[in-house]
Amino acid sequence: MTSIFGKALLLTALLGLAACANPDRFGGAGGPGGAGGPGGIDTGGLGSPSDPRSVAYFNQTIGDRVLFAVDQSTLDAVAQQTLTQQAQWLNANTQYSAIIEGHADEQGTREYNLALGERRANAVREFLISQGVAGNRLRTISYGKERPIQVCSDESCYRLNRRAVTVLSAGAGV
Amino acid sequence: MKTTLISTLAALALLAGPAAGPARAQEPLRIIIEEGVVEPIPVAIPTFIAETPGAEQVAAEITRVVAANLVGTGLFREISPDAFISRITSFDAPVQYADWKAINAQALVTGAVALGGDGRLNVKFRLFDVFSDAPLGDGLQFGGTAQSWRRMAHKVSDAVYSRITGEGGYFDSRVVFVAESGPKDARQKQIAIMDQDGANVQYLTDASSIVLAPRFSPTGNQILYTSYETGRPSIYLLDIASGQRRQIAADAESMTFSPRFSPDGSRVVYSMSQGGNTDLWMQDLSGGAPVRLTNAPSIETAPSFSPDGTRIVFESDRSGTQQLYVMSVNGGEPTRISFGPGRYGTPVWSPRGDYIAFTNQNQGRFHIGVMRTDGSNERLLTASFLDEGPTWAPNGRVIMFQRETAGATGVVSLYTVDISGRNLRAIPTQTGGSDPSWGPLLP
Repeated sequence: MTSIFGKALLLTALLGLAACANPDRFGGAGGPGGAGGPGGIDTGGLGSPSDPRSVAYFNQTIGDRVLFAVDQSTLDAVAQQTLTQQAQWLNANTQYSAIIEGHADEQGTREYNLALGERRANAVREFLISQGVAGNRLRTISYGKERPIQVCSDESCYRLNRRAVTVLSAGAGV
Repeated sequence: MKTTLISTLAALALLAGPAAGPARAQEPLRIIIEEGVVEPIPVAIPTFIAETPGAEQVAAEITRVVAANLVGTGLFREISPDAFISRITSFDAPVQYADWKAINAQALVTGAVALGGDGRLNVKFRLFDVFSDAPLGDGLQFGGTAQSWRRMAHKVSDAVYSRITGEGGYFDSRVVFVAESGPKDARQKQIAIMDQDGANVQYLTDASSIVLAPRFSPTGNQILYTSYETGRPSIYLLDIASGQRRQIAADAESMTFSPRFSPDGSRVVYSMSQGGNTDLWMQDLSGGAPVRLTNAPSIETAPSFSPDGTRIVFESDRSGTQQLYVMSVNGGEPTRISFGPGRYGTPVWSPRGDYIAFTNQNQGRFHIGVMRTDGSNERLLTASFLDEGPTWAPNGRVIMFQRETAGATGVVSLYTVDISGRNLRAIPTQTGGSDPSWGPLLP
């Protein structure tokens, strides 16, 4: 575990993915105004979203996250399509590992949401493995309801908070 | 906290005989909490007498804390001092019951405070059942440092509360919780400890990592909590006095969280997630390998021991939604105890063993509720956008929990409610507050 986070820090330094470039990692590229949209995120150092080998391509063109129904961890067709492309990218760029972050909306108790976030992250991990990505390149972590990216208290926000985000890090695995 | 409160509980030489008065058939001064008190008992609390020069201010402050404690229970109504006929000028002077009856004071609390040259404080008090023309119990005195004056006020309050309700007290106790600040999408969290009334907040961690759900040890000198400081949630055991801490049940591959002490403090039950699946485990704090208690593909979390240490209540979604289950402390087949509408989580066994408190989520609303340990006699005590995380006062008659308001500017704060569902009160804290855990009565 220590090593993978060490590598994540290394990537941060190498690619300028530091807090200054992307102040809210949990907002990510797919957040509001993400995917290069208005008010979008400075992607300097991540490469161009049109370059298929770039981290920006992974984060924005493919999409670094998938969304879930209430209290569910199953992957719908849209999620599976995103993850199939994520797997292809990871299979083509084996110098990267990933930490999959599972999240829940605020409509649930804290402990349950932690466990639910872990379930979601693991569902993504299992799907990526089924698409040929080596398991030792994929770690999971749950944030439960601790890190919402949307702060309103209705379904328009909740649906975006019920997410699993694939966060790339340099390094071929552990 | 380093107060050296000597709770000698020395019985004072008691009063001369009660003032003469007609013996009337009166209901004894008694409150049954479980029934819910609609009409608070009128109580007179004259400012405690300063028996040494310079003790006037602390005597007045102690009196205000005692009054605030008693009124805050919802069981008492303070009679304005403006209405007093009698003045208490000496702690040992006979009480003029007729003067207190005339203003309808059912209970009378008198006290005196002395400040010694060595900085030590001595507080004594008496409680009177006015309508019975008699003291209720012996006078008591408490000695300690001048800095511990609030604790002495709490000791007085606990004694008054106990004598009138027949329940244990809870004022002289502390709560560990998560202090929250900052916006909802960048919340900063710190483990903090405070007196149960919100006074004397101390921070035990900085805000550099997410911290969750601190839990007091049975003796109140250690805390279990979950922190993200290694990047992954794991459980820490903190000694409050020394500040020393260690990771327990650490697992490099897995998330560990939701810890709780056994009643004897020797073991910790907790959740561990492996491969997306969360089960319950037990770790002996003296060492050894963790023992698996559940083995199911569902989520098993939020465990809490029965006070006799033989059973564990927890939540599981094995039925398809979160529900409450009870099993033996050694694992084995659990029995479901929640059957009402909605989802049930965060069960906590009362220290008295008679109830289990829980969070209920139904149709977009959250409730704190209690049920008997077999699931019977369920009642919901609160309702709001998001109520969560009950914890029991040491006497098992009051519950603290967190309430969060909706929307982008939503804030989370701590509340108490008694088990009859009455007397909902916010606990004043400077920051937001969540995940409370109520410690034992202090010695």
